[in-house]
Amino acid sequence: MLQWAFDTMLGFGLLWLAWRALNSSDLFKAIVLFIAFGLLMALAWVRLNAPDVALAEAAIGAGLTGALLLAALARLGAMTDQNVSGASAYPVPSAQPPAGSHFSRGLLILLLSASVAGMAYAIWSLPSYATGLSMDVAAHLDDSGVGNPVTAVLLNFRGYDTMLEMMVLLLAVLGVWSLGGLQQQPEKPVAAVLETLSRFLTPVFILAAAYLLWVGADAPGGAFQAGSVLGAAGVLLLLSGWRPRVRLMQWPLRLALTAGAGAFILLGLLTLLLEKQFLTYPVAQAGRMILLLESLATVSIAVTLAILFLSVSSGHKEKSGKGEKK
Amino acid sequence: MTAADYVTACLFILGGIFFFAGTAGLLRFPDVYTRLHALTKADNVGLGLIVAGLALQAESWLAAGKLLLIWLLVLFAGACVAHLVARRALRKGTRIWTE
Repeated sequence: MLQWAFDTMLGFGLLWLAWRALNSSDLFKAIVLFIAFGLLMALAWVRLNAPDVALAEAAIGAGLTGALLLAALARLGAMTDQNVSGASAYPVPSAQPPAGSHFSRGLLILLLSASVAGMAYAIWSLPSYATGLSMDVAAHLDDSGVGNPVTAVLLNFRGYDTMLEMMVLLLAVLGVWSLGGLQQQPEKPVAAVLETLSRFLTPVFILAAAYLLWVGADAPGGAFQAGSVLGAAGVLLLLSGWRPRVRLMQWPLRLALTAGAGAFILLGLLTLLLEKQFLTYPVAQAGRMILLLESLATVSIAVTLAILFLSVSSGHKEKSGKGEKK
Repeated sequence: MTAADYVTACLFILGGIFFFAGTAGLLRFPDVYTRLHALTKADNVGLGLIVAGLALQAESWLAAGKLLLIWLLVLFAGACVAHLVARRALRKGTRIWTE
């Protein structure tokens, strides 16, 4: 009864936060609501017995996405400050739809109704009880080289899914770089407290990431959780004014960004030669191969997330510098 | 229920009171500085009491140690963030509430 009440509150709280975040005219408020939504969402995943997803949601969905959104908002504010002098820091989406949009609005409603009807049909036609593939996964868990079924699926049975996810992350960096690029600028001096905080916490972050990576073989954890924790350490360091050396920003950075996807492709080709199938590991070596892939993926994910933050937040410094000259 | 369970229940209720007071303060206090003051009560003492209650139920010393570590990290991060928020508000010229 008590759990039922808690779950109901959690469900309605999520819906309410989502609506408030979408409906808020204040973008800063919307981002804060989005972060709160991510934290509650992590709690919902815990209630659904999916601690792996909960960890990833809390670290990436709430933490790093929140930081990226806030950095983008700060940049947006600096950009609009130049154009509209004295106006509010960022544009407020107008409540009025543009003129002559009746047709497109009707079309939108039609499309939305069709997709809702499709989803309702899909949910309706689900069998009332389904085990899915969990039985098959459990049956072959011994051959996967790890003890955690989630890691077994992500890195072994459906390893190409994770490979494609690594490429998506790479594409995200390429997209951000092609829009703004990466500028190397000395940060303005930051609070001493922030510097101390990052100095004390960075070793803890690294330890926690290594623990998550290692424990992922047998318990909730893994490359994405470890990578996002490590990425958060990077964001904290960047916020407190730390910048990697210019020499490190050349090919070492590119190597770190592509290490995860590259390792997947190389290992895939190797297994194609040896086992005649893409990303099918020999049973005896599976555990080691997964650990190698996950370690490289962790580095790539961490560097990708930190670099995304640096790219999104560094642009406006240069822009506001130009503004001052005018 | 054993004696440890009773102590845990008491600690939870006490922690809950601190969280309730902290939340009420966050919602009702007049300016950012007093709100931060209210918030740190919930973060530090409230969470500390909850962690103490949970540690009594922990299966091993290691689990209790991990809980303690969580509390220490929240203390550290909470204190720093409160300082940063207050500093930023002060720099921006947010007036301190005086009655």
